[in-house]
Amino acid sequence: MSDKKIIYKTAKDIPLNAMSIESMLYNKTGAWRNIRPVLDYENCINCMICWKFCPDMAIYIKDDKPVINYDYCKGCGICAEECPKKCISLIEEAR
Amino acid sequence: MKLTIPQEELVTSGHLACQGCGGALCMRYALKALGKNTIVDIPACCWSVIDGPFPHSSLRIPLFHTAFETAASVASGIRAGLDALGKKDINVLAWAGDGGTFDIGIQALSGAVERNDDIIYICYDNEAYMNTGIQRSSATPYGAWTTTTPVKHFKKMAKKDMVKIMAAHRIPYTATSSVAYPEDFIKKVEKAKKIKGTKFIHILSPCPPGWKSQPEDTIKLARLAVSTCIFPIYEVENGEKYTINKVIKNPRPVKEYLGRQGRFRHLKEKDIEQIQENVIESYRELLKKANIEEEIHIKEG
Amino acid sequence: MKQVIMGNHALSYGAMLSRVQVIAAYPITPQTQVVELLSEICADKRLDAEFVKVESEHSALAASMGASAVGARVFTATSSQGLALMHEIIHWTVGARLPIVLGNINRAMGPPWSIWTEQNDSLSERDTGCIQFYAQNNQEVLDTVIQAFKVSERVFLPSMVILDAFVLSHTSELVDVPEQKLVDEYLPPFAPKYKLDVNEPHTFGGLTGPDGYYELRYKINEAMEEAKEVIKETGKEFGEKFGREYGLVEAYRMDDAETVLVTSATIASTARVAIDELRKEGKKVGLLRVRVFRPFPSEEIRELLSGRKKVALIDRNISFGHGGIFAQEIKSALYNYKDTPPIWGYIIGLGGRDVTVNDIKGIINDTIESDKPEKDIIWKGVRL
Repeated sequence: MSDKKIIYKTAKDIPLNAMSIESMLYNKTGAWRNIRPVLDYENCINCMICWKFCPDMAIYIKDDKPVINYDYCKGCGICAEECPKKCISLIEEAR
Repeated sequence: MKLTIPQEELVTSGHLACQGCGGALCMRYALKALGKNTIVDIPACCWSVIDGPFPHSSLRIPLFHTAFETAASVASGIRAGLDALGKKDINVLAWAGDGGTFDIGIQALSGAVERNDDIIYICYDNEAYMNTGIQRSSATPYGAWTTTTPVKHFKKMAKKDMVKIMAAHRIPYTATSSVAYPEDFIKKVEKAKKIKGTKFIHILSPCPPGWKSQPEDTIKLARLAVSTCIFPIYEVENGEKYTINKVIKNPRPVKEYLGRQGRFRHLKEKDIEQIQENVIESYRELLKKANIEEEIHIKEG
Repeated sequence: MKQVIMGNHALSYGAMLSRVQVIAAYPITPQTQVVELLSEICADKRLDAEFVKVESEHSALAASMGASAVGARVFTATSSQGLALMHEIIHWTVGARLPIVLGNINRAMGPPWSIWTEQNDSLSERDTGCIQFYAQNNQEVLDTVIQAFKVSERVFLPSMVILDAFVLSHTSELVDVPEQKLVDEYLPPFAPKYKLDVNEPHTFGGLTGPDGYYELRYKINEAMEEAKEVIKETGKEFGEKFGREYGLVEAYRMDDAETVLVTSATIASTARVAIDELRKEGKKVGLLRVRVFRPFPSEEIRELLSGRKKVALIDRNISFGHGGIFAQEIKSALYNYKDTPPIWGYIIGLGGRDVTVNDIKGIINDTIESDKPEKDIIWKGVRL
């Protein structure tokens, strides 16, 4: 799986039917954001509820801590809403 | 740190779901329960687009996109093909929205259930034809605005009870769940995986654009739907044995759920009272089926 | 081994000998015997196949798609209303490039209810991209099912093996049922490169914008063009193995024919007798039977019809508002070319009305005696 976008040039290159050969990782949905979640690691208890409820798998676990992947985070705010310690703040996305 | 659901992801980021999409989470959880050894067919629904354009896909299992009304029939065919080829240990998942399940796809579903074909059918219910722009389906609840049930003619028919229909087929296993309870949903999908025959799981999947709700409220709404008894979480085995997974003795008032969604904003006091009455009555009936004797008192405030 | 079997059973035996692995079909008159015999054959293990008792034709072809997509060889059968109900999924099967073989009994569309033969049902599927074979006798029905699998699995397009209702479906004829061993040598197991496979996951049929769809359509047509050669090749191979060769068309007494009768299916069978009788009278007539309608054998048609004096074309179908469908197709194949004869387009036998040797002789004689075709549609046998 790579984050390459596939573009077919001619009919010869296209497969027999509309068959997928690559993931959607090329599509950096982080560009959709208007608000950005920011995690306060001081108060985070590593419960992973934010990881659990992210519809875009944009929070991953590293060294037992949740990390937000801003390449794909769409800024829906579910993580901030569900965090039991309220340690995710939503701030205006800088443009 | 102890995770309450499996860690491996079989759905990648970059998919095209709206911000806060319940449907994206439903698929994420379902595949955590089913694992890599699964083949899925998806009829026309939001997931036809969420998956991504050719030649890309956000799923890491084989997926066959199919025509709107054929979720269950294609799944039956996939199972027959796998059986014929001697590959009997692969999970076959039919993944459809409420449109493709309650309405146009109901014939194929009824056929598959009647034949007891060994498939898992999961309906992620966002309560309208969302992919085509929020038109009503028979899963749209009483009172909701949709583009085909505009405010002056909001939906007057009650939501179709799909699980009741499945139970009437004497399906081996049918259940409801809500995207706010991934542990419950995953447990049910894992249970279904082990049963031979047709299994139907109905999961409530809030949709911010369609419900006119805030994207961050998706899980909250999915939780309120259960705590108000609007969408009870239960299982039915062989059409007879009812198990209520969460008995709500003190349901929250429905206006807490309805008030957070723009699609119910036009409802008057008397409409909300009617909905409140209907919800409690239905819940009492459900408790009876499960042989549960409990007094239901709505939580105040 | 020679057996007396009805057309429907010829389809069943064809599917059995082709070692189909999944059958999903819904009964409809006059197809029911196809699935009944297949049910029996599966139950007593003469055929090791999964039989899905679907609840409609739409589900029949949908289930067939699911099974074919995982790599199983699939057969289904239907007729008129059922074929019409499958229409959406026939398009889907073509787009998904799944080599399903479908037996269709040509039956008139209702209302009013009719169970007798007419070709409108299969011809309504003309533009879907499904290969179409029109059989003239039960031997050909059985043989064509086996060839259809070989062709479809080469070009990855579904095939329809078509026979007339009652005239063939319920008529018993002497058929040489090939040996399983020989069929196995001719038709290897289905082994597609791309399928639904948990070890190599792909998504099939995802959203495709204008920047990709066009080429995929081009590829379908390319496959149809390739099918012409593949059909001829596999038909020749069939001849070498089983003693009966098949092609896109069949020419009968055409060498010095001045007036040619072009037709298909059982009318062609009957026409042979008419041709023989007219030849005895000294008339220079010949018969061109169109066996494969899609892909349309334009090259063969041009070659065989150019230089002839007159062509009489018999259609047991009609495209309302234009005329017989084979007539339109033949005319369009000849249009930009030189040396093309005038074509008389006749319509006869709709709704199963009997077409006799005398009817056909009458049609050919009318053609010989008139200077040019007066109308686009010449109705024969309609009580006006």
